[in-house]
Amino acid sequence: MVVLGEDVGRNGGVFRATEGLYSEFGPARVMDTPLSESGLVGVSIGLALYGMRPVAEIEFLDFIYPAFDQIVSELSKIRYRSGGEYSAPVVIRAPYGGGIKGGPYHSQSAETFFTHIAGLKVVIPSSPHDAKGLLTAAMRDPDPVIFLEPKRLYRSVRGEVPEEEYVVPIGKATIASPGEDLSLITYGSLVPTALDAAAKAAQEGISIEVLDLRTLIPLDKEAILESVRKTGRAVILYEAPKIMGYGAEISALLAEEVLDYLKAPVVRVGGFDTPFPYVHESIYPPSVPRVMKAVHSVMNH
Amino acid sequence: MAEMAFDTKGERVPDEQLKKFYELMVLTRTFDSQAVNLQRQGRIGFCVPCEGEEAALVGSALALRPEDWLFPDYRSSGVMISRGMKLETILAQLMANSEDPSKGRSMPSHWGSRALNIVPPSSPLCTQLPHAVGVALGAKMRGEKICTIAYFGDGGTSSNDFHSSLNFAAVFKTPTVFFCRNNGYALSVPVTRQTASSSLAVKAAAYNIEGVRVDGNDVLAVYYATLAALEKARNGRGPTLIEAVTYRLGAHSTSDDPTRYRDSAEVELMRSKDPISRYQEYLKQRGLWDEQYEASVRQTMLSMVKASIANAEKVPQPGVRSIFDDVYAEITPELRAQADALADEAGEA
Repeated sequence: MVVLGEDVGRNGGVFRATEGLYSEFGPARVMDTPLSESGLVGVSIGLALYGMRPVAEIEFLDFIYPAFDQIVSELSKIRYRSGGEYSAPVVIRAPYGGGIKGGPYHSQSAETFFTHIAGLKVVIPSSPHDAKGLLTAAMRDPDPVIFLEPKRLYRSVRGEVPEEEYVVPIGKATIASPGEDLSLITYGSLVPTALDAAAKAAQEGISIEVLDLRTLIPLDKEAILESVRKTGRAVILYEAPKIMGYGAEISALLAEEVLDYLKAPVVRVGGFDTPFPYVHESIYPPSVPRVMKAVHSVMNH
Repeated sequence: MAEMAFDTKGERVPDEQLKKFYELMVLTRTFDSQAVNLQRQGRIGFCVPCEGEEAALVGSALALRPEDWLFPDYRSSGVMISRGMKLETILAQLMANSEDPSKGRSMPSHWGSRALNIVPPSSPLCTQLPHAVGVALGAKMRGEKICTIAYFGDGGTSSNDFHSSLNFAAVFKTPTVFFCRNNGYALSVPVTRQTASSSLAVKAAAYNIEGVRVDGNDVLAVYYATLAALEKARNGRGPTLIEAVTYRLGAHSTSDDPTRYRDSAEVELMRSKDPISRYQEYLKQRGLWDEQYEASVRQTMLSMVKASIANAEKVPQPGVRSIFDDVYAEITPELRAQADALADEAGEA
């Protein structure tokens, strides 16, 4: 296993994600690379073809686009176009989402560019416990994994992390908080917001089930359908721009598969359809009041 | 041209080896010509011939060791043939039949083989260059003395991946050979429009890599230049960029009509410098070629190719269900449902 990226070695990563690895494993396994996302992803693919397990870091998801060709044309398709003779089990880690005064180029949520490409897995933890378990799973997965870390939560969320090795399975959602009246389906950066909204709703006598997807692709279809069959109401919450966001897929899925169980329209609470601004950042991403507005409209339908 | 052929240890290349270069170039020319015919007859959908570039492809491929990894682009039939890929297997990919190692997944001329350490390319140019660097880096890290070679054309040297790959290869000092076939054209765009640099080899200087310009139509010169670059890499002295100056005598592909952008007088002039004719003259001077040998080689190669075509055309295509495998290591329930639906529509089990 090797780690590579810009500033991951001696600096320990701009978010300290790789801190300590360089001193323990040395420059041969923790490699600072030249400033080229397409280069470092392409070289990671080569390392994986040769049988290594590279974990590549893209410093901010906003900078992934030069590597988009390598990810779409190569990483996602090498197993397929080689008839299974070759594979490229690369993990690409990237911090995503807003909340650190980053403006349009340090705040993007671009997950759906990758959920739309056959051959990739897309994983987004929302807690320290799940971050370790899902990253362990990703590093062992035979398929390429895009591992997105909600940067806003790096410092703001605390939790117990077991010392021993463990895996959180890829492709399995979790019920972050059970409920009966409404399924609040979300992932990553907005899971804390969803839990806050659920607590607020409980005071009003509304029992919200918060479903943390944890993996966007492969989707845990059964978990979503089971929850909505139970509650009959769904609100999908995500930070990325609303249009064509991940909520659109869930919405379509629910309409196709559990229409008869729905007591109200499926509502999406997504980000605004603008680039992410620097000004007004604190009120820009989906907030508890915005979630409650959606909850009320669905409950009162 | 040298009167004697020596390898890099100063030992004479045996006559049989000298003739092998010729025979493989003739086989490549014959195969490509037959493949283009198949396309014109509608028996295959498309292919990319390498007419005029046989010396560059055969010469370089023969310098490689079995344990080296190849990252070809799509103008590489001469490499496949020289590497020892069976003609039926080469045709299997063109025909997308069930003996294709890639299971018919790619457009024709995108060959690969795990057994021969050939990684099949995609269609975007030079995306395989950083992979060649990564495999070389992995081998270097593990102390394994293998080299990687990546093939591309003059057009590829303008690509983003060309630049980042040479940079990474130089910084990490990987055992990688970057082999550029400068055949004069990137489809319709002449190399004079591709770059303002004085050559393609000179671009290596920007990365502190050795750039070697070789007569790409002299199969022995290509062989030795590649061998030297590989030995250098194998002994830890880093990557090389080889620019093999050659000429694309044919079209870019079976979908291209070069009369739209190229002068037939130019093509006729370059045809007089055909690498196969040049080498034939060399062998003649060495007493290794005569009319009888020529007729025998041409006849043998043509029968071999025709027999392989007849065999390959008997092999069926894979079933529609195979489209849904290898997206992931394990097929997902959603993909299995899609496979069922398509199999039903196609009337397959």
